[in-house]
Amino acid sequence: MSTVGIVMLVHTALDRAEQVARHWVAGGCPVVLHVDKKVPKSTYSAFKAAFAGEPMVRFSRRHRCEWGTWGIVAASQSASEMMLAQYPDVRHVYLASGSCLPLRPVADLVDYLAARPRTDFIESATTADVPWIVGGLDVERFTLRFPFSWKTQRFLFDKYVNLQRRLGIKRRVPDGLVPHMGSQWWCLTRQTLSAILEDPERERYDRYFRKVWIPDESYYQTLVRLYSSNIESRSLTLSKFDFQGKPHNFYDDHLQLLRRSDCFVARKIWPHAERLYSTFLGDNPDAMKGTEPNPGKIDRIFAKAVERRTRGRPGLYMQSRMPANGSENGVTCNPYSMFQGFSELFENFEDWLTQATGAKVHGHLFSPDAVEFADRQTLINGALCDSTSLRDYNPKAFLTNLIWNTRGERQCFQFGPQDNQAINWLVARDPNAQVSVISGAWAVPLFRSNKNFSELRREAARLQQIEAKHIEVLRSRHVKARVRIWTMAEFVESPMEPIQTILDEFGAQTQRHLNTAPTMVDLAGFGQFLQNLKNQGMHPYLMGDFPAEQGPLNMPKPSRKPYLVR
Amino acid sequence: MGGSPPWSLFTGPVQPGMDAVLSLWESYRMRLRRKRRILRALRKSRELSAVQDNTARIRPGDILLVMTMRNEKIRLPYFLDYYRKLGVNHFLVVDNGSVDGARDYLAGMGDVSVWHTMASYRRAGYGVDWMNYLKRRYADGHWVLVVDPDELFIYPFCDSRPLRALTDWLDNSGIRSFSAMLIDVYPKGRLDAVPYRAGQDPLEIANWFDSGNYSIKRNPLYGNLWIQGGPRARVFFADQPKKAPALNKIPLVKWDRRYTYVSSTHALLPRGLNQVYEIDGGEKASGALLHTKFLHTFGEKAEEEMLRGQHYNRSAEYKAYAELGEQQPELWCKWSEKYINWRQLEILGLMSKGNWA
Repeated sequence: MSTVGIVMLVHTALDRAEQVARHWVAGGCPVVLHVDKKVPKSTYSAFKAAFAGEPMVRFSRRHRCEWGTWGIVAASQSASEMMLAQYPDVRHVYLASGSCLPLRPVADLVDYLAARPRTDFIESATTADVPWIVGGLDVERFTLRFPFSWKTQRFLFDKYVNLQRRLGIKRRVPDGLVPHMGSQWWCLTRQTLSAILEDPERERYDRYFRKVWIPDESYYQTLVRLYSSNIESRSLTLSKFDFQGKPHNFYDDHLQLLRRSDCFVARKIWPHAERLYSTFLGDNPDAMKGTEPNPGKIDRIFAKAVERRTRGRPGLYMQSRMPANGSENGVTCNPYSMFQGFSELFENFEDWLTQATGAKVHGHLFSPDAVEFADRQTLINGALCDSTSLRDYNPKAFLTNLIWNTRGERQCFQFGPQDNQAINWLVARDPNAQVSVISGAWAVPLFRSNKNFSELRREAARLQQIEAKHIEVLRSRHVKARVRIWTMAEFVESPMEPIQTILDEFGAQTQRHLNTAPTMVDLAGFGQFLQNLKNQGMHPYLMGDFPAEQGPLNMPKPSRKPYLVR
Repeated sequence: MGGSPPWSLFTGPVQPGMDAVLSLWESYRMRLRRKRRILRALRKSRELSAVQDNTARIRPGDILLVMTMRNEKIRLPYFLDYYRKLGVNHFLVVDNGSVDGARDYLAGMGDVSVWHTMASYRRAGYGVDWMNYLKRRYADGHWVLVVDPDELFIYPFCDSRPLRALTDWLDNSGIRSFSAMLIDVYPKGRLDAVPYRAGQDPLEIANWFDSGNYSIKRNPLYGNLWIQGGPRARVFFADQPKKAPALNKIPLVKWDRRYTYVSSTHALLPRGLNQVYEIDGGEKASGALLHTKFLHTFGEKAEEEMLRGQHYNRSAEYKAYAELGEQQPELWCKWSEKYINWRQLEILGLMSKGNWA
């Protein structure tokens, strides 16, 4: 008979439990089974009968096991006592559940423990040091009372906790105990385990722990500190928990991962994971002899799953992720740039920007007349369509879709007060957005257009109002975007410097110094144009101070070369 | 609004006091509405006559599938095979006057129960009332999948884990309903270029889809999301996006006899069942329904359904299609994605593993 005894707590999937118990026995380990009292009598009898005449299997007194309550500890106590009494050769007792699966040959575990005859494997940490407590109850697990079931009497459970908090009622932790917590699956030496179970003070400790919350994660973990000389604070059972504190299941497709983990035992195994059971309980599971358990890769996968559930992918909006304002964890997924006034002030600004940066440069994506994708394509990544009505049906989704679909490639687009303004707040709140505004540049196309002045005046008033509102948004204290705003007058004075700053932010691929400059449109007469608007009672102020240096529009003027910025 | 963000109805912080009063009234209204749907289902159940009742074979814990069909015989062999392999234990089928011999095909199948009706599909809430009744009667306490004969259910790990693994996990996590957005798949080229043969995997022909042009809004009435987009919005409804078909679906539910679908499988009552999405930044687990409508059969269907006018919005979709007529619109474009597997849909962000690993 081996020196390792298995205490197994069983409540469902009894067929699997039987299979695993037989595996332990075949490996020479005696097994004491505890079957939850909630299992119907007939099922229990049949289960017990299956082991009739098997000297290595015993059944311990049954307790009602409800999650988070004392029953589970009582069950493990009864079963452990039986194990120690009935199998005197046993040196280590391994606590397992019915959904645990040994991953390595039983002999491996036996050898491993034989080489460490005095070591207790039990995760045991003080409450202050464990990050994994789910649900907010940490120290309070030990200082409040929990007479109500969390699963079936949640309302009373919560109310009673709150009441105790309000009244400031606190239980005293018995003298000599320092609350510790950890995984409920341990492997203890006969010395330590018997010391806990035969402690003259046990009655008192048990009375205390009976009303502690989730005592199976703290009873042995605390008491072991009184007796063990050699605690290895980790569990030999690989068990991962999700963000709600429920154990993750293992399935057939985890086979290779489990194999490479070199862990002795894993839980929980989905009962229908046929391949896992047949592989690991089969005759010749790959020998991993002598190696230390190494669950690193599994840890990472499950940590990722928790992250996916709690944080999600930044910038993704989909059927099962629709974050509320402020909870996005990334409004969009990739940096992008919004240029306002640039294509108005420079000839062929889009082409120039494409050449200078290699980014994807779109025209006015939100123009009322057309969705101006780069190269004026009709469709773009993700089959996003250039229909203005589809875009205007949900402009924010249009933008977030565009950024999501093209992740990895920086997007730039032109914007202005004539465009759909519905995205302004989204962009302003987005740390991925780089917003560069030359305020008042919308007046340039008006100035160059051939329209009646009254019409121009009306349009100028409208655009100025819209842009003023947009700038107000961009200057709000809620803004997270990288915002730069110049008045047109300011910008025209020395345009290259701001442009260089903007492009520097694009990242490494554009670090080279600009060697060509965009060509500015001919602004001769623009000052006078503004003056004329003023004379008509419309006050254009967003463009800053442009001197009306040219005099009245109809005066002959010397022809002038367009600004060429160097 | 000026200098502070316009917190919208959906996204903003709400005032708790006012909200509580409203929500009491709202709950009451929703309760009435739910009861009305159930009564309606009971009334409409008189239109159904059982032609093959194997429901006695349904055992506790079985996973059920409920559907309504009309002249879909050609799809049945693959459909049944697909869902049996996933682990569906029993099929509850409403046959709305098929004349293509579909009922004969199903005859004798021990895991299929069939009800027949000639009544109006539209007046039965597009079949919802009939199916609500069947679920109330037979699916209480079961996981039930409600799909159309042209929908293939995809979920995380569906290539390595049976449906039972998913429902067990949902049970363990205390989740009652599971979302699977409708994704239209279409062939490259004319719809009638490659005829579909019975028993064939429709994804062999229609295996392209749109990956990133979906609009999502929240329906304040039932709290469900309202998703539109994809090739149908792009080609048929570009000028009237509001009318584009809804793609959000919640087809997998741990049924309780008090539950009821309110419009197709887009929304349920009680409203808590529609909370299949996370609003706090995380991702809940979700799947997809590959909608294999666009096969060569679509043309015939369009003609027939136009005449019957039994579909949503008086078959506006078929109309839009028919208007494009013989020129046969090409749904495929150079940005279409070719379907590979669920992992691809996951990476594209159309569905999510959530915390299932």
